[in-house]
Amino acid sequence: MSVECKTDSRLEKILRSGQFAVTGECGPPRGADPEVIRKKCGLLKNNADAFNITDNQTSVVRMSSISSSVIMMQEGLEPVMQMVCRDRNRIAIQSDILGGAALGVKNMLCLSGDHQKFGDHPAAKNVFDLDSIQLIHAVRTMRDEGKFMGGDEVKGVPKLFIGAAENPFADPFEIRVPRLAKKVAAGVEFIQTQCIFNLKKFGEWMKGVVDRGLHEKVFVLGGVTPFKSFGMARYMANNVPGMDVPEELLKRMKDTPKEKQAEEGIKIAVETIQQLREMKGISGVHIMAIEWEEKVGEIAQKAGLLPRPTV
Amino acid sequence: MVIGERKPFDEIMRMAEGLKKIMVLGCGGCVTVCLTGGHDEVRVLSSQLRMARDKAGNPIEIIEKTIERQCDPEYVDQVESIVPEVDAVFSMACGAGVQFMAEKYTGKPVYPSLNTTFVGGSKKEGYYVERCQTCGECKLYYTGGICPIARCSKSLLNGPCGGSTKGKCEIDPDVDCAWQLIIDRLKSLGMMDRYEDIMPANDWRTNRDGGPRKMIREDFQR
Repeated sequence: MSVECKTDSRLEKILRSGQFAVTGECGPPRGADPEVIRKKCGLLKNNADAFNITDNQTSVVRMSSISSSVIMMQEGLEPVMQMVCRDRNRIAIQSDILGGAALGVKNMLCLSGDHQKFGDHPAAKNVFDLDSIQLIHAVRTMRDEGKFMGGDEVKGVPKLFIGAAENPFADPFEIRVPRLAKKVAAGVEFIQTQCIFNLKKFGEWMKGVVDRGLHEKVFVLGGVTPFKSFGMARYMANNVPGMDVPEELLKRMKDTPKEKQAEEGIKIAVETIQQLREMKGISGVHIMAIEWEEKVGEIAQKAGLLPRPTV
Repeated sequence: MVIGERKPFDEIMRMAEGLKKIMVLGCGGCVTVCLTGGHDEVRVLSSQLRMARDKAGNPIEIIEKTIERQCDPEYVDQVESIVPEVDAVFSMACGAGVQFMAEKYTGKPVYPSLNTTFVGGSKKEGYYVERCQTCGECKLYYTGGICPIARCSKSLLNGPCGGSTKGKCEIDPDVDCAWQLIIDRLKSLGMMDRYEDIMPANDWRTNRDGGPRKMIREDFQR
């Protein structure tokens, strides 16, 4: 992997210097109060290298990813601006890429986006002018070739470190490595995976990634989500599309007394991180503590990932 | 074919409010085949309207008629003598038919009795499925004869997304994941190498995004 950084991203510097990276996540509020983000930033600060700011996740209207990213930067944290293809056409997407970069955003995550059916505006029209792979290619071309999708010159290229997501647990399994290869061919530089609960299956996918040499072309960060309770584990197993929660984990949560379940969830997350660190081709972890930001530090601490390096 | 579904009766009743005499006009094309807007359905809707209005003590007179196609001026002309007699026409054609009627009979309200739903076909009698979004640039060569634009809920050209589970789409366990179908098909045809080609951003100009479309056979314009 090239050690030469193409952006000023701290996340890129850590990954390219060969250090194990940690990213976290911060969901913007359903209102215009910036203090919600500032408070979450206080909980997250110094516990990871960069933090994803979700873009209307699960198709529920929230404060925009760009503005939340700016608030996060004011607090001294580095955001990973998520961008979904559901809500914007290529004109708005490229415009927002320029805007985000101009405001100081240094990382971007390219996603297709959840279908609006899941959200609070199921009657909305979806866009999907581009898909995530075409979005990766668009931002990479803007940055490295200085060209808009339409072919005109970009005057002042957006220096963004380019990421995407991949779900090794979605079907059909056999195309999940080829699909990553397509994202790499499109120009992605780092990948955050879907929450890993089934380590065996993840290991199979990762082996495929390494066998194709993709781990030498893209940084793979394994996704880790702590269960708050057995109820949450069961919900994720049964109600979240593309999620693979093995029976033994469910049983482990179920057999834990209710007041100890949160602690057990964190223990599982820490064990997962430890196993991921042993896995060939893994460059970091992405800790998604959903509406549980205060636990990211504890998980990182227990997994031996603190303090974070200064670069 | 173009699939249509009859509008809820209450909505049709509201459109007919205050009207004394109407024509319910069926279409012998697609909507006859999908059992929603042909001769038989004209009779059913007309009877329903008559009964409801009789019951309300406000009878309505209805002329029932079905023509070969409402999307063709030649056939639309055939009701020229009837249209002046009625207060409004209730077309049971697809949206194209309704508009061809409205364009021809400019002084007469033409109302839709169907919701035009999609371009598709019948799996079996009375069971219709969407297959084409008329994007204007057919990609079925690349995708094993299964259209990702019409059949993937996100119209992804480089799918599947992370929500594909056991062959089904994340939006509904009754909806097949189009990309699972595409991959199964490419595999059975020995064409999986096509999967790794990146489909570039689509040119939507041939879709409706380029404005209303037309197709002209120059050799027929003389």
